[in-house]
Amino acid sequence: MTEPTASDAMRRKTRRFMIAAFAAAIAAFLVIAYGGISKNLVYYWTPTDLHAAGNKAYGATIRLGGMVAPHSVKGRNGVSGLEFDVKDATGIVHVKSSGVPPQMFRENIGVVVEGTMTRSGYFQCNRLMVSHNNEYRAPKAGHAVNKEELQKLMKSTEGLKD
Amino acid sequence: MTATFGRFLILASVLVSTTGAFIAYAAGAKRSPEGLRWSQRFAYAFAGLMVLATGVMEYALITHDFGVQYVAHVGSTQVPLWVTIVSLWSSLEGSILFWGFILGIYIAATTWVNRNEHQEYMPFAIGTWLSCGAFFSFLIAGPANPFLSVSPVPLDGPGPNPLLQNHLLMIIHPPMLYLGYVGMTIPFGFAAAALLRGRLGQSFLRPLRASLLLPWVFLTIAIMLGGWWAYEVLGWGGYWAWDPVENASLLPWLTATAALHSAIVMERRGVLKGWTVTLIQASFLLTILGTFMTRSGVFNSVHSFTQSSIGPTILVFLTAILLFSVILLALRIDSLEAEGRIESAVSREGMFLVNNLFFVVFTFTVLVGTVFPLVVEAIKGKQMSVGRPYFDAMVVPVGTALLFLLGVGPALPWGKTNRKEMLRALLPPLITGAIALIIGYAFGIRNAWTLVTLLFGGYAAHVTFAQMWLPLRQRLKKGDSFAPALIDAQLRRGRRRFGGYVVHAGAVIVFVAIAVSSTMRTQEEVTLARGQSTTFAGYAVTFMGTEERAEPHRQSTIARFNISKNGQPVTTMEPRMNQYAAMREPIGTPAVHSTIGRDYYLSIMNIQGDQVGLLIINMPMVGWIWGAVLLMGAGGLIALIPARRRTYVVVPESAPTIDDEAMA
Repeated sequence: MTEPTASDAMRRKTRRFMIAAFAAAIAAFLVIAYGGISKNLVYYWTPTDLHAAGNKAYGATIRLGGMVAPHSVKGRNGVSGLEFDVKDATGIVHVKSSGVPPQMFRENIGVVVEGTMTRSGYFQCNRLMVSHNNEYRAPKAGHAVNKEELQKLMKSTEGLKD
Repeated sequence: MTATFGRFLILASVLVSTTGAFIAYAAGAKRSPEGLRWSQRFAYAFAGLMVLATGVMEYALITHDFGVQYVAHVGSTQVPLWVTIVSLWSSLEGSILFWGFILGIYIAATTWVNRNEHQEYMPFAIGTWLSCGAFFSFLIAGPANPFLSVSPVPLDGPGPNPLLQNHLLMIIHPPMLYLGYVGMTIPFGFAAAALLRGRLGQSFLRPLRASLLLPWVFLTIAIMLGGWWAYEVLGWGGYWAWDPVENASLLPWLTATAALHSAIVMERRGVLKGWTVTLIQASFLLTILGTFMTRSGVFNSVHSFTQSSIGPTILVFLTAILLFSVILLALRIDSLEAEGRIESAVSREGMFLVNNLFFVVFTFTVLVGTVFPLVVEAIKGKQMSVGRPYFDAMVVPVGTALLFLLGVGPALPWGKTNRKEMLRALLPPLITGAIALIIGYAFGIRNAWTLVTLLFGGYAAHVTFAQMWLPLRQRLKKGDSFAPALIDAQLRRGRRRFGGYVVHAGAVIVFVAIAVSSTMRTQEEVTLARGQSTTFAGYAVTFMGTEERAEPHRQSTIARFNISKNGQPVTTMEPRMNQYAAMREPIGTPAVHSTIGRDYYLSIMNIQGDQVGLLIINMPMVGWIWGAVLLMGAGGLIALIPARRRTYVVVPESAPTIDDEAMA
């Protein structure tokens, strides 16, 4: 039992082979997964971030968070053709949306719109979300939201998506 | 007073679990029967304290004792009694206490069941469980203490998160999930015991497998209930969004399912011991990782409560058990010697190996996609998430491969087989697969993945059904009469096997229903004025108007829609908008009209005067998912019921055509 035999050596060799194969499989998997992830990233940006990203914004999936700018909402009663501006302290982005907006949608409310930036200079929104936060906060009308609040807002809409 | 008593109980449980863990490990190292008895007593004492503390909290909740901080935080005199009772798990501190409660019951029950058995393993297992118990007691005593006092005592509280008050499924989903999550501690303790003891004998496989199967059943049902709840409440017409918290519940389920399969090979062939132990440890680690992700506020969703300080503490615990597991594995894995070997790749056991490989790939896919944004945020401070297309693109092929194995694996015999036998086993189910494919095509399915799913699903259904009733058919062939043969072959002797195939049958239906419901789904968004109708997916929907309804905890606007088909009224549907006192935004409750073939789903987007913005979704087969998962759970329970008395009979190698092994 104690003496190493030929079959023991074989077994060790098989084992080494198996470990190598396993490592190769993991490496291949990671490459594929990384490729898949980097193609499907969803960026959480504010209007300022979006402007700073430049060309990267075109075609990328973006969750844009900010306030609906006052007096910017147009075409509210139809199914399609809803337009509004989303702004933060230093940036503003024009958004076109085709869906029916949620009940709470109005001016001066924090929203997250998911979609992408078009070359024509507006943000095409596929999904419009209003913050669902269980902590009661009095709406701060007119205030520019700070980045931290926006990030919280964007996170709080997770899980309510299609 | 109540708060002080609660704090006392928790401090006592910290003391009891820590002391008990030391005694148990010492008893294991010294092989002292006296020490084992003492560690058992400590296990019971820990459970008693946890049950008592939870009882005290429930008492405080029901009596609206707002002097207790947790009650002041989630209680309200305005909510119905059932909401008050389930408030225990509606916020962070209470949910950790509830965790401790379930952990205590699991530990006490498992210790009791094995009180006279497996004496060489039990001290190590009890030591490991009580160490986990010590951690959670510490968490309750410190960072997540629900028993802090409030002064001055408020007159009323805000009530729990309205989303959790919105549906009765909320009573059942969290306890189920906890029973699944917390239950993974038990097999982890057994696995650690096997490693610490340096042995994993045949007789120890039974408690190991049973302790894994029970939380697996709970977790299976809990995941489904979570999806069902999302579907019934959140109003976007889906049940799974690859949300981090959903992934957190799926990850341990995947590894546990893999472990249940590799345990069968371990039992039959005496191989894969170290591998099975690794999977069990991974399942437990993933439950703790999931707890970290959902309870620390790194992700925000329905599940994550307000920002809390328990994140770092859980992370420390996660690191500790990871190190414990890895070091233990590295030192001891060689002692779990294989007693046999796998002779042929194209065999039942070979397919088990491939199955495990795919489950692990599945786990890594989901894990990487879930953790990646966290890592990026930690390193670069940038927020992002991994989009659904990643998960769909990666998981659909792996899932399809698993369905393929679900058919081919059980069709293949154990060990070496010749070509002719193999073809005879593998070819006939193709007919059923082809029939399923043709039926799907006739119903208008053109998506390639869905058609492949139908082909494999039909194949797997054929194999599963044939294998499920094989013992009965063999009895009947021998001339036994039907009823006794049915009871004895299926439910008494072949129960594990039968239960396993019931799980498989459920799984086949789940695969098909997910594929069909997600690819055949259609939806439309419309705005309707009162009296106006629209026709979608065969039904005419007429908006009849709205009605206000006041309930103690919420104000609802109910929209009424008449649904008719070819002029004949079918039903009335009433989706609603609920406004909760403590919330700014209203929450919709969709209405679902379910028939055997499909769900018709109405969700209100907004109501403005006489106009309603409506989302209409037509989803075929979605209801099948819930039922089929319940079937899987039932199969797991059938396999779990212990045999009245275990007898080991030596069966000659050539004799068995009935495999008395369990599938799961």
